[in-house]
Amino acid sequence: MIEIKGIYKSFGEKEVLKNISATFLPGKNSLIIGSSGSGKTTLLKCIVGLHEPTKGSVLYDGQDFTEMDFEGRVPIRKQIGMLFQNSALFDSMNVEKNIMFPLDLFTDMTRAEKLDRANFCLEKVNLKGTNKLFPSELSGGMKKRVGIARAISMQPKYLFVDEPNSGLDPKTAILIDDLISEITEEYQTTTVIVTHDMNSVMGIGDHVVFLHNGEKWWEGTNHEIAHTDNKPLNDFVFASKFMQAARAKL
Amino acid sequence: MFYSFGRYILLLRLSFRKPEKFSVYWAEVMREMVSQGVGSLGIIAIISLFIGAVAAIQVAFQLVSPLVPREIVGSISRDSTILEFSPTISALVLAGRVGSSIASQIGTMRVTEQIDALEIMGVNTPGFLISPKIIAGVSMIPLLVIISVILGLSGGYIACLVSRDIAPTDFITGLQNGFNSVIVTVCAVKSIAFGFIITSVCSYFGFYTTGGALEVGQSATKGVVYSCIWILFGDLVISSLLL
Repeated sequence: MIEIKGIYKSFGEKEVLKNISATFLPGKNSLIIGSSGSGKTTLLKCIVGLHEPTKGSVLYDGQDFTEMDFEGRVPIRKQIGMLFQNSALFDSMNVEKNIMFPLDLFTDMTRAEKLDRANFCLEKVNLKGTNKLFPSELSGGMKKRVGIARAISMQPKYLFVDEPNSGLDPKTAILIDDLISEITEEYQTTTVIVTHDMNSVMGIGDHVVFLHNGEKWWEGTNHEIAHTDNKPLNDFVFASKFMQAARAKL
Repeated sequence: MFYSFGRYILLLRLSFRKPEKFSVYWAEVMREMVSQGVGSLGIIAIISLFIGAVAAIQVAFQLVSPLVPREIVGSISRDSTILEFSPTISALVLAGRVGSSIASQIGTMRVTEQIDALEIMGVNTPGFLISPKIIAGVSMIPLLVIISVILGLSGGYIACLVSRDIAPTDFITGLQNGFNSVIVTVCAVKSIAFGFIITSVCSYFGFYTTGGALEVGQSATKGVVYSCIWILFGDLVISSLLL
């Protein structure tokens, strides 16, 4: 379980996040949604420690992550898997080495064991046989799947995903969503996904947190989202004509 | 300026923390040694041969006098090659070749979130990315400078053979006359210091890149320019202290 309590984040004079609190539970897909510039990615970076919050705390199973120094954070970081918006695969390594990299650094597994684990992860994301390809040889959807394979290689307790569907066609986007949802359920990971894709929200949003101008405006499930009278949320969710038509039919 | 210098020192301190796993870091050091050392061999060989040849021809041209022994051309070529041409000119060329590559490589990793990915995993990113480059730089650049000295003096010999202004035997005699071993010490100190400057300064600019492709290019340029300035400053300091 991850709890965030009263998170504030400023860059110079600009306050990007204001008093955000939420709880993310294991085995659930928690989605942080909001329009561009609402502070979603900044909040995610505060949770994983890439940004230090100006005020507030982040607790991983009760342990205050914000109070820890670099060494103290390492044991928690070993339990974190993250998929970045642009996948962030290491260009100089092939697919297999990308997945084996955290295993090389943090485990005492033999090479054969690491290879087995890499193959297992690749099979999980339906990319069997792509071991020797380099990131430059992969499509956008394949990169995302390798990113997921790398993120789950250490069997993480916490999975963070930044804009999993950006730049993907609708079919591949659904495939990635399903994959994340399947991993969350199977491994009971605490999964936090930042997105502005309404298909993801409606498809896998067990728990949705809506940010607007750096503040939390709404929290609930994907089933509740269609019936809320929160104006900024409605403006965001039903911005497209397709969603407006879908709402009219409800 | 003080802010940047302080950040540079802190980055260096972080770079030399205990590695997560020695074998992974060692593999990176080896990879960097090949990239910096073997990869730069061609350009160093070419410039050293030509600079050595030009130095011999110019010294011979300036010392045309019956009062000056012909062997002096070899001695002056030797001293100038070992003291200045090989360590300093090689370092300036390597700042362009190795330094820009380091800054743009780390800078690209920064803007494509690869460094963030390493940090999320719990890797000490300055240690993993920068320390292997510095270790490779301070070990391979001195080796390249040794090769440069040998090829520079060979270039001078070839120039004597071709131009016939100075007899090759006079050149060889000059190389052996009045040799003071302190010039080798100065050359070694310079090459180690320049190796450190090139790799650490360019790593610093790459590591703190923000933005996109344009900023990666700017970081590489800044890395090379600042490395060159610090090389020339270091050259002055080392020469005045050790000679």
